[in-house]
Amino acid sequence: MEGLLTQPFLTALLFGAVTAGVPLLLAGLGEQISEKAGVLNIGIEGMMLFGAYTGFVAAYYSGSFTLGFIGGGIGGAVVSLIVMLLCIRFGLNQIVIGIAVTIGFEGLTALLHYFQFSRTYPRLDAAPLFAIPGLSAIPVLGPGLFTHNAVVYLAVILVGVLTWMFRSTYVGLNLEAAGNKPAALDAAGVSVIKTRAMAVLSTGFLAGLGGAFMANVGAGLFVPMMTGGAGFIGIVLAMLARGRPVWVLLGAALFGASLSMTTALQVAGVNVPTDVVQMLPFAMVMLVLVIFARHSVLPPALGLPYVRGDRG
Amino acid sequence: MSVEAETLPGQIPGGDRLKEIGATLARVLIPVLLALVMGGIILLILGKDPLAYYGYVAKRGLLTWGGLQETFTRMAPLLLIGAGLIVAFRAGIWNLGGDGQFLLAAVITSATAPVLVGTLPDIIVLPLCMLLSIATGALWSVIPALLKARYGINEIITSMMMSFLGTSFANVLIKLLFWDPATTVPQTRTLPVEDRLPRLGDSTVHSGILIALAVIILVHLMMTRTAFGLKLQVVGANPAAAVHAGLNVSWLTIATFAMSAGLIGLGGSVEILGVFGTVRADWNPAYGLLVVPLVFLARFNGYGTIGFVFFFSALMIGGDSAARRVGVPNHFVLVLVALLLIFLAVVEYLDHLRRKKVR
Amino acid sequence: MNQSPVVGPAVVAVRNVTKKFPGVVANADVSLDFNPGEVHVLLGENGAGKSTLIGMLAGMQQPDEGEILVGGTAVKIASPRHSLELGIGTVFQHVLLVPSLTVIENLMLGGSWWQRLARSAALKRFQELSGLLGVTIDPDAQVGRLSLGEQQQVEIMRALWRGEKVLILDEPTSMLTPQGVKDLGAVMKRLRDKGVALILITHKLVEAYAFGDRISVLRLGRVVGDIPPERLKAMTEKQVTDTVIQMMFGTTEAHTRDAEILIGRGRAAHKDRAIDRSGPARLQLRDIGTEAERGACPLRGVSFDLWPGEVLGIAGVDGNGQKHLAEVLAGQRRSSGGKIELGGTDVTADGVPERRKHGVRYVTDERLGEGTVGAFSVATNLVLKEIGNPPFWKRGLSDWALIHDHARGQIKRNDIRTPSEKTPVGRLSGGNIQKVLLARELNSEASVAVFNKPTYGLDLQNTRLAHDRILASAESGMAIVVISTDLDELLEISDRIAVMFQGHLAGIVENGPDVERKVGLLMTGANAEAA
Repeated sequence: MEGLLTQPFLTALLFGAVTAGVPLLLAGLGEQISEKAGVLNIGIEGMMLFGAYTGFVAAYYSGSFTLGFIGGGIGGAVVSLIVMLLCIRFGLNQIVIGIAVTIGFEGLTALLHYFQFSRTYPRLDAAPLFAIPGLSAIPVLGPGLFTHNAVVYLAVILVGVLTWMFRSTYVGLNLEAAGNKPAALDAAGVSVIKTRAMAVLSTGFLAGLGGAFMANVGAGLFVPMMTGGAGFIGIVLAMLARGRPVWVLLGAALFGASLSMTTALQVAGVNVPTDVVQMLPFAMVMLVLVIFARHSVLPPALGLPYVRGDRG
Repeated sequence: MSVEAETLPGQIPGGDRLKEIGATLARVLIPVLLALVMGGIILLILGKDPLAYYGYVAKRGLLTWGGLQETFTRMAPLLLIGAGLIVAFRAGIWNLGGDGQFLLAAVITSATAPVLVGTLPDIIVLPLCMLLSIATGALWSVIPALLKARYGINEIITSMMMSFLGTSFANVLIKLLFWDPATTVPQTRTLPVEDRLPRLGDSTVHSGILIALAVIILVHLMMTRTAFGLKLQVVGANPAAAVHAGLNVSWLTIATFAMSAGLIGLGGSVEILGVFGTVRADWNPAYGLLVVPLVFLARFNGYGTIGFVFFFSALMIGGDSAARRVGVPNHFVLVLVALLLIFLAVVEYLDHLRRKKVR
Repeated sequence: MNQSPVVGPAVVAVRNVTKKFPGVVANADVSLDFNPGEVHVLLGENGAGKSTLIGMLAGMQQPDEGEILVGGTAVKIASPRHSLELGIGTVFQHVLLVPSLTVIENLMLGGSWWQRLARSAALKRFQELSGLLGVTIDPDAQVGRLSLGEQQQVEIMRALWRGEKVLILDEPTSMLTPQGVKDLGAVMKRLRDKGVALILITHKLVEAYAFGDRISVLRLGRVVGDIPPERLKAMTEKQVTDTVIQMMFGTTEAHTRDAEILIGRGRAAHKDRAIDRSGPARLQLRDIGTEAERGACPLRGVSFDLWPGEVLGIAGVDGNGQKHLAEVLAGQRRSSGGKIELGGTDVTADGVPERRKHGVRYVTDERLGEGTVGAFSVATNLVLKEIGNPPFWKRGLSDWALIHDHARGQIKRNDIRTPSEKTPVGRLSGGNIQKVLLARELNSEASVAVFNKPTYGLDLQNTRLAHDRILASAESGMAIVVISTDLDELLEISDRIAVMFQGHLAGIVENGPDVERKVGLLMTGANAEAA
């Protein structure tokens, strides 16, 4: 077991934790925006998956990682458009549409992958890493935390941006009102539908970006169903974070670490069955949920479509 | 979508019954047609002939005796899952952990059946394994059920997490505990064919289908004609009213979850005892989410679910064959299912608007 | 009001406005002018069309026919935002503020998207309006913690935020203490003197006389009469009363029960009954407390006795523990400490089914939210609290034929207007849903009945019916608790009145000569004897 405390193991663990955690972070932050506004985005898994696909395709055919990320974001946004139209505009049941969107895009991306890549299985080159000068020279932490693709740093910065936005801008107020008491927002003259629509679109973009990161940076290719529940973990993170983006960051780091455990352990020479390791993140989620059961807070208007003047 | 009062017996005023049946048929068939058409368009875009595809599907799934038998066989676990979902959804509980419940119960069945077959008579082994699998499924729902009953934690997330946990755990069980030493690819000891669920007559269809049909009809009757069923519907339709009416919502939540997961577990058991006799590692048909739209289309009606499950099974069996012949992988079925759900929701919405105007 | 108002040309007017909903005409050919510097009262019973009319002015709905004029030009008020931009501010009956945000944050809602919060500009406007209204509120206080009166003041500020042309107040006094009503009156006066056009919706004639410069009377969607300022100034309350009664009912006699409710004669309409308190009390509460939960006010040390045949009114501003009290009595909420006895038996630990067996019945204020399942039929709802019990259920199996038969009988006996017993109860009007609840709860085995806001939102006829049912039940020996924010109602039907204040039972007074003053004092938290 001494292999566990060696530099290679720790570095691999940290590096892997960040790589695995960033998609969770993006998904979690995106979901947090939606949840604040009162939308339970079950379809986020579909958004991530489609983002992974479009992100991969964009990067593969253009040769540019940047275009890949943008493509991923747009892909996720496209899926969220469907959710926006059906759930926010028409008020259809958010859970049913969320399931439909997830299943549908699982199937669609698998289908598209079959027709496009199943014979060639193309891979992308390794993603460009940006080493933060100075910090990246620190042993273990340097290569582990400070030598990453630019999106990683952007995601962390996003945490700060969102924290500020929630508390100090009109958008933040509107989101909180939309999730807490939409009738009040309506009476104040702000369109609840527009507010929620923007929230859902943002979630779609961020989730798609997270998916693209998973495909282009994490794996280097696209495989059907590759998100493996990351979107749902994002929902859990948002649920537990009680409206604070910082908590999403912490949670994503924790779960990212547990997801990267397999590879890290292999580096350390420890042979633990993959399936046991795969159970880790979900077991942790359940554990956290059980321990913090009392403290998970959801906005009162979550999941309920807003209809002006509806007798209800 | 809400629990519809008209699914309770005798709720529709007599004279309009014919009109209501017509409207119901339209509400159900239109989404199906739209989904098929939209799916066809997608096939065209991908460069495949939709008519050829649907033709193969229909031929293989419905019009050949061999295919039809396979369709019936496929229906057994799906009906049981459907029964489990009806119980949960009517009570307003989103049990989306079906995959984990199904798989774990299947593994437990496939691990215990070959062992018991030697020691106990067949007549006892099969029902015993089925009971074990019901218990397994129910057990796997305890945590989400308690979290919801005591702390009101959204069961969508918890049941889904348990599902991911369950599928991994099932693999762990196969690879570490129940691995049949005689095989190279990890799988459980195979139950000999003669010890599995008996076939119906000369067909390849096993008696599990009869069990499934009986169960779903019983579930339907329970929901519509018993006090317990009505209590579940009250909880699902208006939890505040349930408290007001003096119902023990916590207990009902846990009981519903257990029943739902147990029925899904039974589905897993039947699939092993009737078809496979063993569980291979990394096997996961993932029926849990796929049955959800079917149950919604049927408006949580047991008989309607039988119809939709039949249609869907034929689609899957036919789709397998079409996958080889026309080169369209079976992932396409997932897309169809999603389209079905979406069109269903849209049609429901339009219908709701129409009713509002009529009032 | 006896000051001569500043009058000018109409700021907002409606011309021949008609609005229809499926099955009912809410407004029929209504034409009204709203002038600056005038308090224009729209008086009428529940269901007369007042709320629908102002809903259109607030941008929530569009008229089917007719037009709305702002400053003389016809406009289509497309949304609440548009209404606010036109300078029309509306304060609705239920507080529409976000409880988790502060006062100033609530007022800043509606700013443009990506900008930083313009806090100082908002504070400046806040101070302006505070001065205009003559109120002092902490801008950084969380709205959820303010009293209802203060919340209403914030709402008024929010309504006037973008411009002080028109202020609409929809039944503003229903949530206030008598003192709060006086404060509101002062605010309205100040605004009127500044030239704001005020529109006051009410169903209470007393208020109309006290606050109005002009009164327009609505009935069944039409304007049936109008008392302009010149006339109103010269009339006494009695003359106004008679005129309004004449306009509404075509008779000058104020003896009809409907008219009495409209006038709010309250105590004057009360018939003293002799309550026999010699025997043991039917219901006894000793030191009952409940746990605080998000939103509702918990109970602290509540004790009282209730005798058969008596009506105990529970008065108090909404949110002082009434909801918890109702739920504790019904068995829906566990008490933390204390004892409840019914006919001598300790029922403290009993839940709803056991309490019902002891004869407790609860008619909730949330008719659709809690009392019924809207999607289920009238028949099912009539037996909702009996699921599993004979005769409708035998060994767990439902006897639907019997359930429907029973429903048909109940519908006939209680005059419930419904197409059939199989109609989803959510389709019925508020009055008929209340009839369903009353039919369900007030059956033969009931010995204690709790009513929470039994006539809220009901028109005069249904209000009268509900009062009659309650009094008839009392006559037959039931012990009755009526919780209401309508003091007139309690004054009319109660034998004693208890006042809830911050979860305590502040005091119980006999419904005697000095009752209004004593109750008013108790509602503010002062001791009744200290007066």
